[in-house]
Amino acid sequence: MAFARSRQALAIAGVLGLALGAAACGTGNDKKSSDAGSAECAAYEKYGDLDGKKVTAYSSIRDIEADRLAQSWKQFEDCTGIEIDHEGSGEFEAQLPVRVQGGNAPDIAFIPQPGLIKRFVDGGNLKPVSAATKTEAEANYSPDWLKYTTINGQFYGAPLGSNVKSFVWYSPKTFKEKGWTPPTTWDELIKLSDTIAASGTKPWCAGIESGDATGWPATDWIEDVLLRTAGPEAYDKWTTHGIPFNDPQVVDALNRAGTILKNDKYVNGGFGGVKSIATTSFQEAGVPITTGKCALHRQASFYANQWPEGTKVAEDGDVFAFYFPSIDPAKGKPVLGGGEFVAAFTDRPEVQAVQTYLASGEYANSRAKIGDWVSANKKLDLANVPNPVDKLSVGILQDPKTVFRFDGSDLMPAAVGNGTFWKGMVDWINGKDTNTVLNGIESTWK
Amino acid sequence: MTTATPTVGAGAQAAGKPTTTAGRVRNRLNSRTATLVSIVIALLWTIPTFGLFISSFRPEAEIKSTGWWTFFTDPQFTLENYQDVLFGSSSSSGQLASYFINSLAITIPSVLFPLAFASLAAYALAWINFRGRDWLYIAIFAMQIVPLQMALVPLLKFFSTGVTVAGVQLMPAWNLVDEQKFAQVWFAHTCFALPFAVFLLHNFVSQLPRDLMEAARVDGATHPKIFRTIVLPLITPALAAFGIFQFLWVWNDLLVALIFAGGGNETAPLTVRLAEMAGTRGNEWQRLTAGAFVSIVVPLVVFLSLQRFFVRGLLAGSVKG
Amino acid sequence: MEFDFAEEQPKFLMLMYGLIAFVAVVGGLLLLLDVVPAWFARRREAQLVAASTGGGPLPRRRKPREGLFALFFLLPTLLLLSIGLVVPALRTVLLSFMDAGSKDWVGLSNYSWMFSEDSIVRVLLNTLIWVLLVPLVATSFGLLYAVMVDKARFESIAKSLIFLPMAISFVGASIIWKFVYAYRSEDQDQIGLLNQVVVSLGGEPRQWLLDSPLNTFLLIVIMVWIQAGFAMVVLSAAIKAIPADIVEAARLDGVSPWQMFWQITMPSIRPALIVVVVTLSIATLKVFDIVRTATNGNYDTSVIANEMYNQAFRYGENGQGSALAVFLFILVIPIVIYQIRNLRQQREG
Repeated sequence: MAFARSRQALAIAGVLGLALGAAACGTGNDKKSSDAGSAECAAYEKYGDLDGKKVTAYSSIRDIEADRLAQSWKQFEDCTGIEIDHEGSGEFEAQLPVRVQGGNAPDIAFIPQPGLIKRFVDGGNLKPVSAATKTEAEANYSPDWLKYTTINGQFYGAPLGSNVKSFVWYSPKTFKEKGWTPPTTWDELIKLSDTIAASGTKPWCAGIESGDATGWPATDWIEDVLLRTAGPEAYDKWTTHGIPFNDPQVVDALNRAGTILKNDKYVNGGFGGVKSIATTSFQEAGVPITTGKCALHRQASFYANQWPEGTKVAEDGDVFAFYFPSIDPAKGKPVLGGGEFVAAFTDRPEVQAVQTYLASGEYANSRAKIGDWVSANKKLDLANVPNPVDKLSVGILQDPKTVFRFDGSDLMPAAVGNGTFWKGMVDWINGKDTNTVLNGIESTWK
Repeated sequence: MTTATPTVGAGAQAAGKPTTTAGRVRNRLNSRTATLVSIVIALLWTIPTFGLFISSFRPEAEIKSTGWWTFFTDPQFTLENYQDVLFGSSSSSGQLASYFINSLAITIPSVLFPLAFASLAAYALAWINFRGRDWLYIAIFAMQIVPLQMALVPLLKFFSTGVTVAGVQLMPAWNLVDEQKFAQVWFAHTCFALPFAVFLLHNFVSQLPRDLMEAARVDGATHPKIFRTIVLPLITPALAAFGIFQFLWVWNDLLVALIFAGGGNETAPLTVRLAEMAGTRGNEWQRLTAGAFVSIVVPLVVFLSLQRFFVRGLLAGSVKG
Repeated sequence: MEFDFAEEQPKFLMLMYGLIAFVAVVGGLLLLLDVVPAWFARRREAQLVAASTGGGPLPRRRKPREGLFALFFLLPTLLLLSIGLVVPALRTVLLSFMDAGSKDWVGLSNYSWMFSEDSIVRVLLNTLIWVLLVPLVATSFGLLYAVMVDKARFESIAKSLIFLPMAISFVGASIIWKFVYAYRSEDQDQIGLLNQVVVSLGGEPRQWLLDSPLNTFLLIVIMVWIQAGFAMVVLSAAIKAIPADIVEAARLDGVSPWQMFWQITMPSIRPALIVVVVTLSIATLKVFDIVRTATNGNYDTSVIANEMYNQAFRYGENGQGSALAVFLFILVIPIVIYQIRNLRQQREG
């Protein structure tokens, strides 16, 4: 959460820097000898002696988030003597295939798109995980999560971080002042929207501009609605092209989402009309909530980092999130989410050891304590999750009643999921009608 | 160039002579208007950059909610953006100075190599008689169109697995680590720069007076000698020109560096660090305002210090000697 | 965290190795070219002496030696080009006839895809608009400016300002233009300059990058903004190089500025003009970063290079990406033919 608050972030960075610097000065290259054998290191003995080994990791995680990542496996490195060399890049999705095709793949990559993992498996690039990793992953994650990286009967990587996308952000303070309450059904949601609209404010704000990934927030919207109207089974068929992309159920879902997103009375609070959704960056899309220019913003748990400096994110604070209500109670309580998977391009023992470690409960707790992180790991202790939204998310993910489904655009082939689907949503917001858009996307899925 | 003189004669004859006082006054006025207009255009041209410059001193919330011009009515000044950029907001990525050094270490050889190779090639293509030289020149020229994106994968393969033809390893993999990876980046930049460099330099080298060359040949000078003692000094302005363009291109490059240098602070240049600075989800983009100015300093100094070569004449500093 | 200079030492060492390699390669090549011919010359002299005393036929020479010289002068360039560009170009052509994963041959289907998909046809059309407009506008602006600023006061400052955009990275440029084209609704403060101007003139703010085809032209403005500096610098240098006596003679004859421009300036700078137009055309065909950072090709603004990158790297459609690249090769053919004609003229002249 301190991500957006530079001062706090700087302080954390400073402390981290000192810690890292001290460790580096004190132990030098010989860091294992001084730490190994101590009480904290007992947990890492099962990984064996990895002294002097080096594993390269590649991901889209950068800046402060990358620091936290490095901090989270610091103890593991110190105790086993291994060195994890992580590199984060904003060009990750496009660069990883280049590196892989060029014969220069990293040892492990944290890949947020199961569709991309499948592409690498088809290309013969990825290595299945070791038996130890598989056992660890099966013990810690629900089958819902594991099926995404199980391809042709082989398991290719456990989840690392996760996020919950089925959230609507709001301001508890404003809601209290105006006497509004967070809705729990779709009808209540629409009723609330009408109430707010009648009070002179546009209830919803949204933004789907995101550089070269423009369009993705809208795909999340549609997926969330589809999951609620058609149910998880139909959703699965849709993401695997078992039913056409432009199936009538999808048309319905898109039209239903349109009753909010393409409704000039509802959107786009603080930015303008419907079309302004296309050019509003997703980072600033929800910010009008803090100034009272809009009241509701559907976005994932990680949006907690985007609020302006000094915004209190808590159930009784300036902003918080409620669960995006279900539409058809018979379809259960579906949750849309995302996350990244730890896939390996090499199968050296030390690489597999890192994979096993990252799937473990120790790792999840170690990372969670540093803050701003959500995981579906069952061993993650809620007490170790510092901030309220993350707690809420972890609670939802660990709830056995939750029916979890992965972000569909990340499951589809990239040409659709990260291509025509994104572009189609932009066109849809920009005025094209539902059928034209869906037929267009379907025609590109070969 | 050679056609200039006769045309002038004809034009001058036809024009007549309105060199009255009024004419001179008008000329002066013209040049004054020209000065004024050119300054106005230059300022207009600079407004977007100026806006960025002002923004780089504004607090994040202000940048994201009001226009940069409100700075003049409601000045809110902060150095936080620069502090973030210069002294780092992230500890694991190290100090900006490190990336600065990387940028220099990448850029200098990446400018020198193509400069030397291309001037040699341009000379050969312009002044050595051999069969098929025109076709070779055209082929090199046409190579400019190969999009470098399509060259990334094969070149990376060349570095990481070497060259194998029919099962015979002709060249081993480079297997470079850490700062040794600079060599890959130099290599890649040199390859990508050569077609344009040869094209540009050939244009200048081939414009050198034929008499000069022939006189040297008659005196018994060999090609290497002519190249060193006559051609190189004469094309210095052109070399400076290409040097600047290549410098700017390499300094500002992101794609080649990402692939061949990697993203660590051992090898990654400034641009890679700046691009990451915006954070995992790009929400800290206000840092880029300051970052853009930090990265612009060096190219600007290079341009300003080499600018006199341009002013002296790029094409035919030679003709005047 | 103190800055640790010692840690940076390997980099300087590596840079030094690089410079040593440079001196060794280039110096070595020149030395080789100096020494070897000298040796041949001595041998030939000996042969001549032998021939003249023995009365045999004079050994023939010249042609093969020239060729050998050329080979050595061209060696580094040819070697690097074949590794870095020729092989990739050939590979791209092959891939364009294969499927997405580059496993099976699919004939021309990637090409028929290119012309049957509406969005791709649009991409080709956009590229055409770009390549027609950018060289024309940037060159004429650069030329006009170079003429206007010539000998004006503050010349070097004015030129530096026009050149400035060239020194800015695309990351910076994308932010700069965000502050120009950004949109906010009427009831809010504008953060984009263009909308601010519109609003203060009493208009309504617009979402500039949404409406096709206006948005393509607005992106072209960015490219012109960056490239005009290149045109201006090269052309200005060419203007400076026009021999002073010619200009003076014309001035004494009372030539009007208009005549001066068309009859003296233009013919004199023709070679530089060609360099600029050709370079800008090729740069425009390959334009990528501007479109990617500003719209990523949404709202009908995509161009070939951007689509190629998306297809080949983001979507894993190697075949389709390569076919687009090959189409770029084809587009450059007119420029190549023009260049051949130029070369012919030059040789004759």
